[in-house]
Amino acid sequence: MLLQLKDEISSGSAEDYLHRLFERIERSRLNAFTTLAKESALEMAREFDARHWGGALAGIPIAIKDNICTKGIETTCSSRILKGFIPPYDAHVIERLRAEGAIIIGKTNMDEFAMGTSTETSCFGPTRNPWDLERVPGGSSGGSAAAVAANEAPCALGSDTGGSVRCPASFCGTVGLKPTYGLVSRYGLIAYANSLEQIGPITKTVEDAALLLDVIAGHDPRDSTSVASEKNYLSSIGGEIRGIRIGVPEEYFGEGVDPGVERAVWDAVSVLDDLGASWRKISLPHTKYALPAYYIIAMSEASSNLARFDGLRYGLRVGEDRDWHTTFSEIRAMGFGKETKRRILLGTYALSAGYYGKYYLKALKVRTLIKRDFEHALKEVDIIASPTMPFPAFRIGERITDPLSLYMSDVFTVPINLAGIPAISVPCGFSDGLPVGLQLMARPFDEALLLRVASAYEQSTPYHLRSPEVV
Amino acid sequence: MDDVIIGLEIHVQLNRLRSKMFCGCSTSYHDAPPNTHTCPVCLGLPGSLPVINRRAVEFGIKVALALNCSIAEETMFYRKNYYYPDLPKGFQISQYDYPLATGGYVLIKGDDGQERRIRITRVHMEEDPGRLVHAGTIDKARYTLVDYNRCGMPLLEVVTEPDLRSPKEARQFLDKLRTILEYLDVFDGNLEGSLRVDSNISLAGGDRVEVKNISSHKGVEKALSYEITRQRNLKRRGIEVVQETRHYDELRGVTVSIRTKEEAHDYRYFPEMDLVPLRIADWVPRIRAELPELPDAKRERFREQYGITDDHAKSLTSDIKVADFYEWVAARADPKLAAVWIADVLKGELNYRDLTIESFKRESMLEIVRMLSEKEITDEIAVTLIRTILDRGGSPREIVESMGLKRADDDYVVRAVREAVADSQEAVRDYLSGNARAINYIVGQVMKRTKGRADPSVAHKLVKEEIERQIC
Ligand SMILES: [Zn+2]
Repeated sequence: MLLQLKDEISSGSAEDYLHRLFERIERSRLNAFTTLAKESALEMAREFDARHWGGALAGIPIAIKDNICTKGIETTCSSRILKGFIPPYDAHVIERLRAEGAIIIGKTNMDEFAMGTSTETSCFGPTRNPWDLERVPGGSSGGSAAAVAANEAPCALGSDTGGSVRCPASFCGTVGLKPTYGLVSRYGLIAYANSLEQIGPITKTVEDAALLLDVIAGHDPRDSTSVASEKNYLSSIGGEIRGIRIGVPEEYFGEGVDPGVERAVWDAVSVLDDLGASWRKISLPHTKYALPAYYIIAMSEASSNLARFDGLRYGLRVGEDRDWHTTFSEIRAMGFGKETKRRILLGTYALSAGYYGKYYLKALKVRTLIKRDFEHALKEVDIIASPTMPFPAFRIGERITDPLSLYMSDVFTVPINLAGIPAISVPCGFSDGLPVGLQLMARPFDEALLLRVASAYEQSTPYHLRSPEVV
Repeated sequence: MDDVIIGLEIHVQLNRLRSKMFCGCSTSYHDAPPNTHTCPVCLGLPGSLPVINRRAVEFGIKVALALNCSIAEETMFYRKNYYYPDLPKGFQISQYDYPLATGGYVLIKGDDGQERRIRITRVHMEEDPGRLVHAGTIDKARYTLVDYNRCGMPLLEVVTEPDLRSPKEARQFLDKLRTILEYLDVFDGNLEGSLRVDSNISLAGGDRVEVKNISSHKGVEKALSYEITRQRNLKRRGIEVVQETRHYDELRGVTVSIRTKEEAHDYRYFPEMDLVPLRIADWVPRIRAELPELPDAKRERFREQYGITDDHAKSLTSDIKVADFYEWVAARADPKLAAVWIADVLKGELNYRDLTIESFKRESMLEIVRMLSEKEITDEIAVTLIRTILDRGGSPREIVESMGLKRADDDYVVRAVREAVADSQEAVRDYLSGNARAINYIVGQVMKRTKGRADPSVAHKLVKEEIERQIC
């Protein structure tokens, strides 16, 4: 779709296209954006129409999750504490997008500091699901997924710490890719849990995700955890998948999984089977420990990553200046939302003397076991298939008061981040009129195969062609 | 002071590196306006990531090898979490488990004159925080400014075992450490804040007190002495010394309690996942091969190669620049004479004027040593020359010519001796009645009359002969 759009924009007018897009966004009731970069985007569009520069994404508008630093555009992580923070630099992925000719149209809403599964903890208010405005778009990259689903942006970037790209992709009926840890530079991504997260594309099709991945992947000397990539993802899709071995983990089905979701995923498995892939049941025995391990690690890292927000150098400054401790405590009390505070406190606790071994170290051990589960499984099979989320989008307000039930909904996405492997969510049907996502996982750095299988599946099914009827 | 137990934690700024520990900012900020040597990384801006300065790690390994440590196979960084305005990330990247190196030692001369081995527990790397500038004193300041130029400077922390037995030994240790660091060319000790010391002190049987913020190697002796006296006084009055952290107030020369054991920080150390563990075992052979000759080895060699005393060898090697200066002169003139004149005289004169060896040309020293060995000038004249050059400049030859300081010829000295003996009959009588030292007075008179240009040993001999001639 993006390749088509690129031709359209090149032969037509980028400025006209952007005008229509911004009109749509401004009329929208979704609340998908936190900041619009209308002026700079239109200026770029006019320049593009005049000079027609090249590049893999020449003239393509893109929406960016609000935790990715954009030079000159306010970047808040949907938190009051970062209100007014205009980064003096671009994240690595933004540099790459600009270098390939993309036009940044704005920043998208998210759970505060990416801590959530529903985009309800944003200081800008919740984003709505374009398939049902009373429901959440998923999270934490809810704004990006809702915008793409509702054609408010042809593509977007999100970030995925424990499912934050795949969950909203699943809930909004879009494609969402979480790359292997290290494939995409995190330089400029405002950290929530730095050992778990990756930036990933949210798009209408698998092909579009491959196109974006080609642009953003690759080594960046400013991120020591980033590695070199082959950068031929777009060309790797389209091939057949005959003989590919698919594993279906028994731990990802059963109790707590919506029957409509289960049905859609099994249907997807038989589509893959029809395409010549073989499938079998597999076991990932430590799955049940993934959720607590994930939350301990994520919260521990968050408690440290979020310590820098003190209002001294940037962001929110409230009240009278008094002594350092009083002033910065007040700013943090005012600046952070409830869920963020909860995670900072729990993380601080988990790292404290006397508890470190009991929680953090134990969680690291579980992480190793989970990783090993996947290593073993991915020797027997090439791809693992499961539901992305146990259920379709829930109602706004339904779970936000019960953090534990909200945390439980990440049960199928967090093991992937603990293991660091790549995973993608592709639309695989509907349950009661709401989109369902199929999650496919692959070996580390085998995005090529992952995208090939995901694309083969997508091209054999009609789900990616359906759009929600929103105004 | 047998009951004194001291351990040190020394923070060394590796200020001979060109860029900071985790970013590309320049390290030469010392004369720069505040907050001009910063970037998103060392300011801890959201989204920025650290990258290890490999050269800093190499420097760290160099130092650890020179301190006889074993280097880790693999080393990694941790986050040390605490809030302070000079710490823009809310944590300091430091090391915890898997430090750079462990288990070394340094040799010092103990208070008993014996060589003592001070064990090094560990050597690890970290980043320096920024600097706070208070408007007034720390407790009364109306506001405080933060300068992040220093933030992210590469620091090496050297931790000793509690092997030191007195403030003087602590000073000895620091002097030795500083010498080693300068030999390795990783450190310029003249820059402000380049060496900072925290210390643990206890009296046998008592609790341990930590004294922080000793900002110079000269301050350490004073701070520790104060703290020991304080603890002794408590003990004498039957009050128990409690485990606490105290701050050294350099201006007032006292230590002040800042937190008790109960208020101790929990730094919540955990791995810094933005950095990958470094396998450094493979780096060690190359770095070891590149190590320069270190002070102990140089001292040994000077003794053997130049036949000088151990005291001279030690004095000459305590500063790499002095050692190089000496070797240059010793290669061109009498090495023993050069050792005496550089170690005993020149160093003293420099110290008196608070100058370094760079203030004296090695060519001047060579000329002075040559003139001495040719007996062209006397010791007294040589001292005058060194002082004159330091105070007014010029070359030895010029000064000798212009001031007429050449060694006096024999007739001139003989005349002076005759006059001096004639004028000092009382001293002559003392001498003859058995007081051998009375002759020194007469020699002094000769030196006075010749304005120092007589050779004192010659004068001594002539005076003796003149007295003997008189009584015949
Ligand atoms: Zn910097």
